Amino acid sequence: MCLAIPGEIVEIMPDRPLAKVDVTGVRRAVNIGLLDGERLAPGDWVLIHVGFAMSKIDEAEAQATLTMLQGIGDAYDDEIDALRESRID
Amino acid sequence: MRFVDEYRDSEKARALAASIASLCEPGRHYKFMEVCGGHTHTIYKHGLEDYLPESISLVHGPGCPVCVIPMGRVDDAIHIASQPEVILTSFGDMMRVPGGRGSFFDAKAAGADIRMVYSPLDALKIAERNPSRRVVFMGIGFETTAPSTAMTVLRARAAGITNFSVFCNHVTILPAIKAILDSPDLRLDGFLGPGHVSTVIGCRPYSFITGDYGKPLVVAGFEPLDLLQAVHMLLTQLASGRSEVENQYGRVVPWEGNTKALEAIAKTMELRPYFEWRGLGFISHSALRLRDEYADFDAERIFDIPGGRVADPKACQCGEVLKGVLKPWECKVFGTACTPETPIGTCMVSSEGACAAYYNFGRFTRERVKEATR
Repeated sequence: MCLAIPGEIVEIMPDRPLAKVDVTGVRRAVNIGLLDGERLAPGDWVLIHVGFAMSKIDEAEAQATLTMLQGIGDAYDDEIDALRESRID
Repeated sequence: MRFVDEYRDSEKARALAASIASLCEPGRHYKFMEVCGGHTHTIYKHGLEDYLPESISLVHGPGCPVCVIPMGRVDDAIHIASQPEVILTSFGDMMRVPGGRGSFFDAKAAGADIRMVYSPLDALKIAERNPSRRVVFMGIGFETTAPSTAMTVLRARAAGITNFSVFCNHVTILPAIKAILDSPDLRLDGFLGPGHVSTVIGCRPYSFITGDYGKPLVVAGFEPLDLLQAVHMLLTQLASGRSEVENQYGRVVPWEGNTKALEAIAKTMELRPYFEWRGLGFISHSALRLRDEYADFDAERIFDIPGGRVADPKACQCGEVLKGVLKPWECKVFGTACTPETPIGTCMVSSEGACAAYYNFGRFTRERVKEATR
């Protein structure tokens, strides 16, 4: 819950503050309303907290964070499992 | 892996460690508190203390939101879950946290409808799909999760959803740091500021620590080299007699934070006069509740909450661990009566708790502790 997970934007949803992101193969919608001022596009990386993109980051940072998270084991797996159950739309 | 190597390079770590050692004043002992549970994790996982001279101790702070929820609030949530038509929704991290009368898992096994969700938006979705039920979201966390709860309340209002409410337990990190600074138990020399909380609140709010208390603070990232570099920055400040807020994690943390997120919190929530923190006691202005304008989404006003206070188990020393006074392995029940499988205290429940981090990475097994203290 307290983990920020990096996701790559694959699609900006029309008419809603949502984007489809890819988090290590799991594709789900997250809210991008807190990044209103940023110009987000597919290929951009964001740090996601409980369904909300909280900051835009570069790819190097995203990869480093992912590797760190994968190293911590259970907590990250739990977060990805929870994300898999998410149905934000 | 080239990206990662940039941050993990052990050559760089050793060079940084040598430079850190050269900055230490002979005979002086330094205590730096890392406020965030994520930092605690990195420190144990990578054995960062092995890179530091013995004169530097890293002390773990209260930055694990699950760890600081008092048992009474868990009982209150379970009370709400037992009301007619209620579905209580919660992040998975909360499910095993023991209250005075068991955990959410125990209550679920006893028949309460308690569901794990990834996001408050998922809780709102459950409310939309179950119009005859009353869906309550257990809001917990620091400034990293509070904006999500705030945004969800705004969305519920905009969508006219009336069977959704929040049991708000969001806490704010700054009053907890102030309480620790005011506590006579611990003398600290500086702080490693939380990385992700700072993406929301920015760096400016820490200035009372560097100004009023004269302690340097460096907002730090989560890679081993980030933390070593932040320690280096703290020592550099101390060596030159400065105490300033510095941002080591500028590649993610903007100085001003996320203004949209702060606006969402300010619009829907206000500070409570006081709130109980597990182990730290009552701290004034340290938690958030929904504003009067959003009372119809406030579970505390919709339901009759017992609000009882439950003392922590006598054997548990989470409070001392959360204040940084005790190292996890110094607690009497660490690794024996209290393990991640059968936690007595919250610091052993959450993976970000200092005790669970120690336990899982096995840097200090009970045997080694015994040897070390013999």
